[in-house]
This record gives sequence, structure tokens and C-alpha cells, in this order.
Amino acid sequence: MNKEQQQEHWDIVIEPQSSLLSINFKEVWKYRDLLLLLVRRDFVAFYKQTILGPLWFFIQPLLTTAMYFIIFTKVAGIKTDDTPPMLFYLAGVTCWNYFSESLTKTADTFIANASIFGKVYFPRLVIPLSIVLSNLIRLFIQFLLFLGMWLFYLFTTDMVHPHWDVMLLFPFLILLMAALALGLGIIFSSLTTKYRDLRFLLTFGIQLLMFATPVVYPLSLASEKYKWLIVANPFTAIIETFRYAFLGKGDFNWLYLGYSTLVTIIILFLGTMIFNKVEKNFMDTV
Amino acid sequence: MSDIAIEIRNLSKMYRLGEVGTGTLSHDLNRWWHKVRGKEDPFLKLGQENKRDTAGGEYVWALKDVNFDVKQGEVLGIIGKNGAGKSTLLKLLSRVTAPTTGTFKAKGRIASLLEVGTGFHPELTGRENIFLNGAILGMTKNEIKRKFDEIVDFAGVERYIDTPVKRYSSGMYVRLAFGVSAHLESEILIVDEVLAVGDAEFQNKCLGKMKDVSNSEGRTVLFVSHNMGAVRNLCTHALLMEHGTLKKDGHTADIIDTYLSGGNEADRVMEWEENERPSTSEITVYSIKVFDNKQRLDTLLTTTDDLHVEIEYDVKEEIKDLRVALNLLTSDGTNIFSSSDYGFQQDSRLRVPGRYKSICHIPGSLLNAGVYAATVDFDVPITRSIIMSLPVSFTISELIYNQLGNTYASKPGGVVHPFLKWEVKTEAR
Repeated sequence: MNKEQQQEHWDIVIEPQSSLLSINFKEVWKYRDLLLLLVRRDFVAFYKQTILGPLWFFIQPLLTTAMYFIIFTKVAGIKTDDTPPMLFYLAGVTCWNYFSESLTKTADTFIANASIFGKVYFPRLVIPLSIVLSNLIRLFIQFLLFLGMWLFYLFTTDMVHPHWDVMLLFPFLILLMAALALGLGIIFSSLTTKYRDLRFLLTFGIQLLMFATPVVYPLSLASEKYKWLIVANPFTAIIETFRYAFLGKGDFNWLYLGYSTLVTIIILFLGTMIFNKVEKNFMDTV
Repeated sequence: MSDIAIEIRNLSKMYRLGEVGTGTLSHDLNRWWHKVRGKEDPFLKLGQENKRDTAGGEYVWALKDVNFDVKQGEVLGIIGKNGAGKSTLLKLLSRVTAPTTGTFKAKGRIASLLEVGTGFHPELTGRENIFLNGAILGMTKNEIKRKFDEIVDFAGVERYIDTPVKRYSSGMYVRLAFGVSAHLESEILIVDEVLAVGDAEFQNKCLGKMKDVSNSEGRTVLFVSHNMGAVRNLCTHALLMEHGTLKKDGHTADIIDTYLSGGNEADRVMEWEENERPSTSEITVYSIKVFDNKQRLDTLLTTTDDLHVEIEYDVKEEIKDLRVALNLLTSDGTNIFSSSDYGFQQDSRLRVPGRYKSICHIPGSLLNAGVYAATVDFDVPITRSIIMSLPVSFTISELIYNQLGNTYASKPGGVVHPFLKWEVKTEAR
């Protein structure tokens, strides 16, 4: 009898505590259809009942870039390292938008989806993954816009000197951005279930982080005294590498990039741990 | 090989009462400190039985040491009053939240229907929502594709399938949502009172579908409901929950009987304290009680029970022509009937001083299930009122015999549901 029970196969076993890193990736894989449908939903619902439809994906970064151009170049007179200012800002905006959008939305995972999570089980990680993925589609669309403008400047001016070899790092840069946004996002989403204070902190923090990242100014403009502070931000190396590859100017440095990668891995690891712990019981506190 | 689909051992769940926020951080730190030193959670022992009306500590056991097994293909009903822990149990089984202690194991996929239309997005069309909702409930894209026509057909929304669901009527919305849920292919299905939505016809359709699911497809179903008719009809086995513990586990009929006889006497008795009794110089009223046919007060009433409304009073002075009348009202105040003991007393119509009981017998198979209010009047017809409008209320909880035949709706329409004789005649051709 006892032997028989030991051999019995159970598909689902629930216990109060489980080890910290026991995310069931097999299960996430089983729900891949849901993942794709959620990505589709986010994408389609974005422009439903708008006249311009998917065009909004272009308009948003263009307007932001134009605004930065007017404020930072025309009014404040910030130099952009001898690169075309519009292109410089668009590069920054494209990358930064992806990161900040992914981060704000994943950070809201538990609170925004509490009504679904409270009624049905599926691997919770599917939601932040779907957010990062659907933003990836937006990134690609907006990257096409950047590419168009880049080609224009490449052929009409000699202000753009791309480093073709570093461009091979582009997929890796995207991976880093996605991982960083996901890692930070799930840390925040896990902590906000109990302490809502962090929500307010995050909106402010993202704004602050943007200015601590060379999005609207080149790293070379930073004073030596505070440069370490900006370099300590793991996002700096990503954006600088991107500009170095496409625009030819920027601070590309394997040390910085290696540091960013390490920090990203640590954050993702930490995030997975916290997320895993919180997802079991968050419904009781959210 | 055993045929057990779900095995539950010592399952418990503790909740913290009051507002989460202030004091949470200190408790968390305290808990963490105990954990670091390898000690037990200091707040776990504070938990107490879940009784809503008694004030107590900050932590409460919504579920405490629940053990049971569910066999493959069984339809298990879970009944109990509000707050007995039914929903908590379902939440744990649906894996919406994790247990505080204890384990549960299951074979096969579990799909939970704690709500219909989970994850429906108003901007998406019916078609898109079927896929999204199906995927949230755990179906793969191919499974949904195969079932797609069946779902649309079940919901009856062919024409609107490419319209955003925000334009749907609420009925269409619910039908579509239930349609998706009903076509799940999981081995274990968990259903909370989803059926409380939609019109009676649709409820029948839903319950019919659920019966099919268990009978012909051999799947295991856990069903929580307050609708005893549906539980009796669907379930082979039932659990009775009380205050977060499993009170009884057995055949559906036994469990329902136990549940029905587990008192709610509060509203069937009107009894006054010594100095609060309604009284005049002639009469003092002690109590009004609604007994069932076995002179019990602590059972749940059913439609087939004969009811005895007993009014106990003292006559202190001789009264001629006293009339004790009973007016029966529905919960919304419609008068169903008025009746009195006027024609049932001694010929002299004179009541000498002494203790009296006037008992009104309301036959079974007359009233429908529902909540009723009654008022009792003491007067002398035409001449004068003595004491008027003493209230008592009672609930007929369960419909035993339904003359409309087997419907799954909680009750047939109408204030009364009398047992009427029918004849069916035919002329031979």
C-alpha cells in the first residue's frame, strides 16, 4: 500500500513553502499560447478605436524627440557630440521608452491584474514576460523609424560614422534592456503588493533615472566629478554602446558593458527570487 | 492504482484581520527575525477559529486542518453557510493563493471557474476574447480552435463574434464567457456559484452542461453552491463546512439534511423578556414561534414542512369575542393571506383568564421557498384593537418538490407554490 502510494504520480503538488528559485519554467512554456495572446492583446488594444491606428507608435517618439530638440538643443544649447541632434535624441528616446515602458508596466503586474490573479491560476510570470515582449514589438517598430532617419543622415550628411562591428552587439543590447526592465519590474511589483508607497517612488525614480542616464545629453558632457555616478547606472553603458555603434560617437567600453551585464544578471536573479516568494500569497495582501 | 484525483491533507489558511499597512512592517520584521533563528512564525499560533461575530485576535484561521480525498469522476458538492471557508478552500485548490500549512495533490489539470469571463478585454472582439479567455483558463490554441464553433454555438452569438465585447448585452457577455469555461478540457473542474448569473433558462443550460461534463466525460467536479436543488441534482458526494473546518463528509442527501437541520432559529422565534412583553390590562404576549411539523425550531424549513405558528399569551381579564389573527407577508410586503382563530373557539366566545396558545397550521406544499414575515394582531372584531402588528419572520430555505418538473433554477416563480392536482386527457384518434 505504502509502496503504491510512493509510486503514484501527481501532476500538481502544493505545499506552503518551496525553495526560492523554484520557478517552473516548464509550466511557463506550457502557457506559451497565453503569452502570445497577451502580447497580441496589448498590441491590438493599444490602438483600437483610434483613427491613426498603429501610426501612433511613430508619432509618440517623434513628438518627444522634437520636444527634446527644441528644449535641449535650441533653448538650453546642449551639444550632442557633433552628431545630428534629432538623431541623437531619437536614439536615446527609442531605447529609453522601451526600458521605462516595460519597467512601469511590469512593476504594476500584481496590482493591475489582481482581478484575474484572484480568480484563476496560471504561471504569474507570464504577465511580466508578455509586457516585455509586447514592448519589444513596439521597440522594433520605433527602431524602424530610427533606421529611416539614420539612413537619411548617413547619405545626406557626413555627421554619422557608424561602427559596423559594434552594431553586431545590438541584439545583445536589447536582451540587456529587456532583462533589466523585467528584473527591476518584478522586484517592484512584488514589493508594491504590500507596501504601496513604492508605487509613488517608482514614478519619481524613473524620471530621476532618466536624467542619470545619458538620454538627453552625451556622457562626454558629464563632469569628471560625477561621471562615476552616471556610469554606475547599468543603463548608461547600453545607451552609449548603441550610440557608438550607430552614430559613431559615444563612450564604448567593454568594462562598462561587462559591468552592466553583471548588474542585470544580479537584478534578474534577485527579482526572480522575490517574485517567486510573493506570487503564492500576494492575493491576501494586495 | 488508486482512483483518487485530489488528496488534501491538513490544509489550513490563516488571514490577518484589519487593515494591511500599519504594523505590517514590524510584524514582517519580527517574523523574519524568528525565521533567521530557525523558530516558528510567532503569529501563527495567534490564529483562532473563524467565527465572524466574536471579536478576537488579529489573525484568524479561515480554514483549519481540512482533510479529504476526491475520487476520479466524482461530483463533489461543498456546502456551508457564508464564512464557513468554502471560498477559501476553492481559492487554495485553484492555486490563487497558497495554504499556510498542509498540502494538496492533484492528478491532471485543474481549471477553476470562480468567475465567468476572467480576463475578457472589452476592446477585443468575441473571437479574440474566446482565445484569450481560453488560454487564461489553461487551454492551448489548438484546443480552443477545435472547440471554437461549439462555444459560439453554445453562447448563440454567431452574428456578433467579430464585434468588441463592450458592445454586447450583459446576457450575451455572460453566455459567451460561460461557453468558454464549459468547454474546458481539464480533468478537474472547480465551480463556484457562477450559476447565479443569467436568466433561469440559461442557468438550466449551464447546469445541464455541468452534468454532461461529469457523467459522460468522467471528469472530476468540485461544486460550491447555496442552491441545494442544484447540489442535490448534480452531486454524488458532499462536504459540509463550518467555521473553517470540515464538519461532515458523506452522501449528498445526508449532508444536506445535516446542513438544513443546523439551526437558524434566530428568525423563527419572537420571545420577549419579562418586562418587555407586549401587554395591556387584558393580555400579555409571551412569544410567537414558528415550528416545523416535528415541533422543532432549529431546523431549516422546507416547502413540504407543515408550519405551526404558535402564539402564547395570558388572558388576564375575561374577554368576549377575542380574535388572534395572523397576516402573512412576503419579504417585500405583499400580503399573502390573513387568518384568525375566530371561528375555532368555544361557542360562548368568552375567554376566561389563563394561559393560552393559539396555533395556526399552515399546510406543507403551499408556500414557495423564500423569506416570509408575519404579523399577529389581537383584537375584538369591529369593536376595538388590543395589541397590533407583533412581528415574526421565517425562511423557507429549500424547495423540495417542484411542480414545474426538473428545473435547475433556484425556485419556480410565484409567492406560493401549492401542490395542485393535474389531469392530462387525450382523445383517441
